[in-house]
Parts: sequence; C-alpha cells; structure tokens
Amino acid sequence: MLLELDHVHKIFGGLHAVKAVQLRVEPGEIFGLIGPNGAGKTTIFNVVTGVYRPDRGRVLFDGKDISGWSPAQIAGAGIGRTFQNIRLFRSMTAEQNVMVSGRRLHSAGLLATILRTASQADCERALRRRAHELLEALGLRGQAHDMAGSLPYGSQRRLEIARALMLAPKLLLLDEPAAGMNSQEARELEAQIRWLRDELKVAVVLVEHNMSVVMSVCERIHVVDHGETIADGPPSAIKTHPKVLAAYLGQEDSSGDAPRPEGEP
Amino acid sequence: MSASGLDHAAPVAPPAAPPPVPPLPDPPARPRWALRALVALGIIGALAALRIALEAVLIEYAQRILMLAGINVILAVSLNLINGTTGQFSIGHAGFMAIGAYAAAFLGTHLAPAVAALLGSGALADAVTFNLALVLGALFAGLSGLCVGLPSLRLRGDYLAIVTLGFGEIIRISFNNAQFLGAATGYFGDSPAGLPPYTNLFWVLLWVVIVILITWNITFSQTGRSLAAIREDEIAAEAMATPTTRLKVLAFSLSAAGAGIAGGLFAHMQAGIRPEDFKFDKSIDMIVMIIVGGLGSVSGAALGGVFVAVSLELMRDLHEYRLVLYALLLIGIMLVRPQGILGTRELPSLLGGLWQRLAARGTAKNASSGGAER
Repeated sequence: MLLELDHVHKIFGGLHAVKAVQLRVEPGEIFGLIGPNGAGKTTIFNVVTGVYRPDRGRVLFDGKDISGWSPAQIAGAGIGRTFQNIRLFRSMTAEQNVMVSGRRLHSAGLLATILRTASQADCERALRRRAHELLEALGLRGQAHDMAGSLPYGSQRRLEIARALMLAPKLLLLDEPAAGMNSQEARELEAQIRWLRDELKVAVVLVEHNMSVVMSVCERIHVVDHGETIADGPPSAIKTHPKVLAAYLGQEDSSGDAPRPEGEP
Repeated sequence: MSASGLDHAAPVAPPAAPPPVPPLPDPPARPRWALRALVALGIIGALAALRIALEAVLIEYAQRILMLAGINVILAVSLNLINGTTGQFSIGHAGFMAIGAYAAAFLGTHLAPAVAALLGSGALADAVTFNLALVLGALFAGLSGLCVGLPSLRLRGDYLAIVTLGFGEIIRISFNNAQFLGAATGYFGDSPAGLPPYTNLFWVLLWVVIVILITWNITFSQTGRSLAAIREDEIAAEAMATPTTRLKVLAFSLSAAGAGIAGGLFAHMQAGIRPEDFKFDKSIDMIVMIIVGGLGSVSGAALGGVFVAVSLELMRDLHEYRLVLYALLLIGIMLVRPQGILGTRELPSLLGGLWQRLAARGTAKNASSGGAER
C-alpha cells in the first residue's frame, strides 16, 4: 500500500467537500480520480499534499500517517504534484524550475555554497544533469533555457511534471495534465505517463476530465461525486457503472437539474 | 523556437524511450585552494595599490564620496537578497545598519586596548580590532535579523513591510534612549577625538568585494534558486519540498548581516554616529538603490548604490532643490526603465552577450571584406 485515505473528511464552512473518502493506491499503479465539476477531486489532492488538513480521518503514505504534515515535508517524503492552474516559476528558465525541486540531490550546506567548494560544484552538476534528463524525457530538451512563463501551454504542463519528478517521488499527483491539450498532445502525454511509471517506478494519481486519456491510461479508477465515493474499479467496470453514468449524465428520478455547488477551491 | 516542432514529435508512441544521458561538456577543472588563495592575495594587493593611487589623486571629499558609494553598494546588494531575490518587501534595513554601526563602534572602542595588549599598537592591531568589530557588528545585526525574521516572515507582502518598518523605528528610538551609547547626542567612543577613523578606501573596497562575492555565490546556487522560487510562487515552492520559512529567515539574516558590515564601515568613517543617521528615509534610500539598479540583480543593486551616492553628491550645490531634482530623476528612470537599469539581468552575462555580438559583427565584417577582395 503506497497511499491510503482512511475515511477522510474535509469541511469548508457549510460545504462538506470530502465525505468519508476511502481510497488506496498501490505502488506503481496508474490510478484515476474522476468526478463531475465540484466533486472534490482537487480538495482530495490538497488534503494529500498537505495544503489542507483533513478534518477527520487519516492519510497514510508509505506506512506513515502524514495527515497534518506541511506541504514541504510531504513533498520531501516522496509525493510530487502538478497544479490545475499551472504554477511554474515563470521568470526562471525551464532548467531552473526543475532544479529547484532537487534538494535531495543537493547536500551542500551554506558554507560550502558561499565558498563554492568542489562538493558544492559536484552537487550542482548532478542536479543539472538530472534536470536535463527529465526535460528530455518530457520533450523539453530544446527549451531548457527558455523562461518558463514564455513556453507554450502544453510545454508548461509537461514542465510541471518534470519539476515534480525531480523530487524523485514515489507517487505523482497530476491535476488535469491534459487540460488545454490537443488530441495529439494528449496522446503524447499518455505515453509519457506510462513511461514514467515503467521507467521511474512512480505511482500516478490522475485527476482528468479528458475521458479518453483516463480510460486508456488508468488501471483503476475512483469516482467521486458530491465529495463521496460512488465507484472504484477498472476502466471497463467504471464505463458501465450505473451510478457513474447517473453522476455524469443525470438521472430522471434525481434532482439532476439543480445547480451543483461549485465546491472546488 | 524552430526546434519546438521536433520536440513535440519526439516523445510520441512508441512511448518515449528512456532517454540517453545528454552529453554534457566536461566539467571545468576544479579551482584549487592554492589558486584561490593566490587570487585572493592578488585582489588584496590590487585593492591596496588602488587605495594608494586614489588617495594620491583624489581630494579627501572625493574619497569620502567613494567610500560612501562603497557602503551603499554593500547596503543595496545585501538588501537585494531579501527584497529582490526572495521577493519579501523589507523596509527596515537602516535598523540593521544601525545595530551594526553601534555594535562596531562600541566594540571597536572597547576591544582596542585588549588587542593592543596582545599585538602591540600599530597598523596590524588597528586592522584586527576594526575587522573584529565589523564581523561582530554583522553578527549582532544578523542575529537581530533572525529575531525579527522568525515571527514576521510568515507574513506576506504589506504586512512584512509594516513589521520591518516598525522594527527600524524601534531600533532608532532605542538608541535614542540608550545612555551608555550617548542617547540622542550620539556615540563618540571614549576619546575626545571621537571614534578611531579605521575606515579607509582599502577596507571599504575589500568588504564590497567580500559581500558581493558571498551574495553572488548564494544567488547562483541551489539556495538562490530556492529563494527565487519563493518569490515566484510560494505555494509551488512548498510543494517542491522547499523549506520556505527557513530559507526566508536565512536570507533575511544574511541581508541584515550585510547591513551590519555597512554600518560598521560607516561608523568608523566619522567621529561619531547618531540615531538620526539611521532614520526611515535611509531605508527608503536603500529601496531606491535596488529599484533603480534592477530588483533581483546583484550587479544592478551595486550600480544602484553607486548611482544614489554619486547623484546626490553631484546635486549638492542645488541645496534645497536637490531632493526635488532627485525625485524627478527617479520618476524619469521609472518611466523610461521601470525594471531598473539592469532589470533582472547581471552585468557579466550582459557584457558577455555584448562581447559575442561584437565578435559576430567582427567576423561578419571580415567575411564581407574578404568577399570584397575577391
């Protein structure tokens, strides 16, 4: 068990954004987290990454209870993430963006930094080499020295993945990585997600609205609606699951036309 | 940009093959410690020679402006670490300068007998006393930076500005009331002649070099990248395992220590120091230096420091109109170059680019003249 959410609740004032969600991600799994808008997917991400503290329940990662840890501690423990609204370090180069999250590769202290010792230079070189490997893997080789903010949209999304991979994570949370991508870019993204699982042995949790990406790449899918789990299983089962169809397409006997609360912050 | 089409095509199925390690150029030979010591000695020798030359050529007034410019450079470069690189708006730098100045003045006065007893009195004893006082002053300033930074760097934006502004005033008013430091009359040491005039062009220039070197090495390192990441997007920086609060406090303390060095040099330039020397407008001056030079650029901050010192002195004959013209000058600069003289760029890379362009033009000219010959 790599990640386990044990009856996690998150409440914002009167909005019960996440209700008793239970999910388990195995090491090396590609796991989809889907649901209609406002279902609480990003809130679940933010609980896992320490942006929010769960009001009830526990988050277990790699056997440790990480609920209440700071985002930096959780990232250091091996959970990388990307953001739904891209959050790159815009006026830094692509290479620098990736290098920032390489603290594990960089053991030089302040004194070594001030004195530019040989060991500090070694750390820098190792960081740069790894950053270039990751940039190349994500098809950003030629853009290493471009400002992150000036990259095209698809490249920015992939740069976010490269930056998160620099943490050497065991688990990578991708928040709508295919948003705004055309179908060709989306197919490249699928290949890249499989590549990073196969080669880097990273488990991936994917929040995505592009169903063709989700269905083709995920091995297991967890569906939430109104903050509650409504289904969990392989793509083939999810596609035909009556509750999932009801949540996405509406149902005659439910109040499907009532406006859904936009709970996702 | 012409390569972007290829890049998009590259990782399509079959799934991006595990990439080969890109061939990086061989690492440059590591600078050896002996070589570095030699370079350091060379710099010290060059600065000593420069001091002799400048003191022979320049009148005392010009020397004084040069020293003030050097002190400004130290102030601006250190302030830029927190305001420019880390993006935390601090406007209490004069407070840290005051702490460094008073500590260095007090310690310089009281350590001198002890050092003289050890080393005998003379130039060596003076140098040791002075630099000991400077370093201890920087330490005091750095520690007070730590004390202010720990609680307040959790605040963002305007709140931090208000806290640091308040801190600067607290420091000044404390010195205004500290009887053993002369209160509002100022601190003049023990002797009737005032503080020992340790500061000269050599020491100012040497400390300028040291402070720039330290700041440069921090800025262009993993620490500096992390600081810049905090400026760019603190939430993303945290999600990338950056210990943001710790790094902000570190940058703030280092910046305060730099101001402490500048304060110590400033104190020993004159007979005494008074609390009014470190008023709020002094902090504003420092903000002006880094904004004029280019927020986030080490060399820009240095240029800004020189600019403020020199432009204020050049306009001295205008008396009360000086500040009017100064303000107009600043408005003009902000209209023409809102990003500052250098923007976020650094002088060496800028000069390198210029050099490359000149070289390219040179070869182009050669080629065309070659064509003309044929």
